[in-house]
Amino acid sequence: MATHIIKHALKTSVAMLAFAFVGTLLLAYVFIATRPPIEASEKEARLALFKQILPEKNYDNDLLSSQVRIAPNALLGNRLPSIANVATFQHKPAGVILEAVAHDGYSGDIKLLIAIRADGSISGVRVLAHKETPGLGDYIDIAHGNWIKLFNDESLQKTPTEKWQVKKDGGQYDYMVGATITPRAVVKAVLKALQYFEMNKQTLFAPSAN
Amino acid sequence: MSNLYKEITINGLWKQNSGVVQLLGLCPTLAVTTSAVNGLSLGFATALVMSAANGSVSPVRQFVPNEIRVPVFILVIAALVTVIDLSINAYAHELHKVLGIFIPLIVVNCIVLARVESFAAKNPTLPSMLDGFMMGSGLMLVLGLLGAIRELLGKGTVLSGLDLVFGPAAHAFMWTSVDYHGFLLAVLPPGAFLGLGSLIALRNWIELRKTASHQSAVTSTQSATSH
Repeated sequence: MATHIIKHALKTSVAMLAFAFVGTLLLAYVFIATRPPIEASEKEARLALFKQILPEKNYDNDLLSSQVRIAPNALLGNRLPSIANVATFQHKPAGVILEAVAHDGYSGDIKLLIAIRADGSISGVRVLAHKETPGLGDYIDIAHGNWIKLFNDESLQKTPTEKWQVKKDGGQYDYMVGATITPRAVVKAVLKALQYFEMNKQTLFAPSAN
Repeated sequence: MSNLYKEITINGLWKQNSGVVQLLGLCPTLAVTTSAVNGLSLGFATALVMSAANGSVSPVRQFVPNEIRVPVFILVIAALVTVIDLSINAYAHELHKVLGIFIPLIVVNCIVLARVESFAAKNPTLPSMLDGFMMGSGLMLVLGLLGAIRELLGKGTVLSGLDLVFGPAAHAFMWTSVDYHGFLLAVLPPGAFLGLGSLIALRNWIELRKTASHQSAVTSTQSATSH
């Protein structure tokens, strides 16, 4: 009786192991086979996004591989180290692409990609990820409106800090009635990113100076 | 034999439709159907997983000990879903960004395990694959229809985002109503429940009408013969 049970248990576990082994092999093969196209399309998608906010004629280096690690910073809102991409033109600093996170949106974090030229003016801003209400707060996304282009060519020099607010709060930024929290958070995040840039441009551009 | 295939098809698409009759797989049905393209794509991925899962479980069904059949089935399903997840990520990257978190969730969609357990574990390979595909297609129809209704009411468009699947050329297939601001509720979660409820009601209504007309036909022939 006991040997029968042991035999049965062994048979069952061998079967389970065999299935797990075949499954693992299959997964390993597909993972390796699909890795190059996945990496390529991720790179392409990222580069396409970069092109939207920092036109290609502004730089001549390999933007994707020219990275600077940024430690968690209150101005950028990142709680984990993030990556900034530094653009150079003929070995001179041309601009930087920063990732910023706004924690005070209507629902969840709003992740932004902000391209700042070396002179401190904004080349472009895009929303990377957000969970704002569809049809209401999502006009910050380029897919749902051109609002985000209001930031083009803005800078701390051009617009005094107190004007970096939505019109309702006395600033210069338009917003849609019924969805003020979202643009308020984005405007604040962009302002803070600019302030971060002003304070850290030496370090950001340091490696590219060599 | 062809009768069997016909029955499987009718079962999957109408009689036992997983979306509006069995009500299995409600999570994707409610969450993903904010647009027709989202619904159809996830439905298609589910149909693919289901036919692959049924097709790979059926030939090895006599080697699966009864006690561990559920873990083995889940393992097979999870492996296939990951394969499809990786493939979509590799070859339809934009679509993957939209469907993102919902593809891995196909694993926990009850309908996949339910069909493997109740059909593929007892039937030959070919009918099993067809069963999986038809059950998945039934779900795809519901997802697509629900997505289209919610998209039309909520945003005034149908098939927006088709270019994510087929490239920029497909943008022409999108239909936009004129100057419609959209009924936001339809795109939000309540819209999913209301929409699915309406679809279930519609299906039940059609079914009731069919049985009613069938019964009245039977009674009329009975009364005709009795006289």
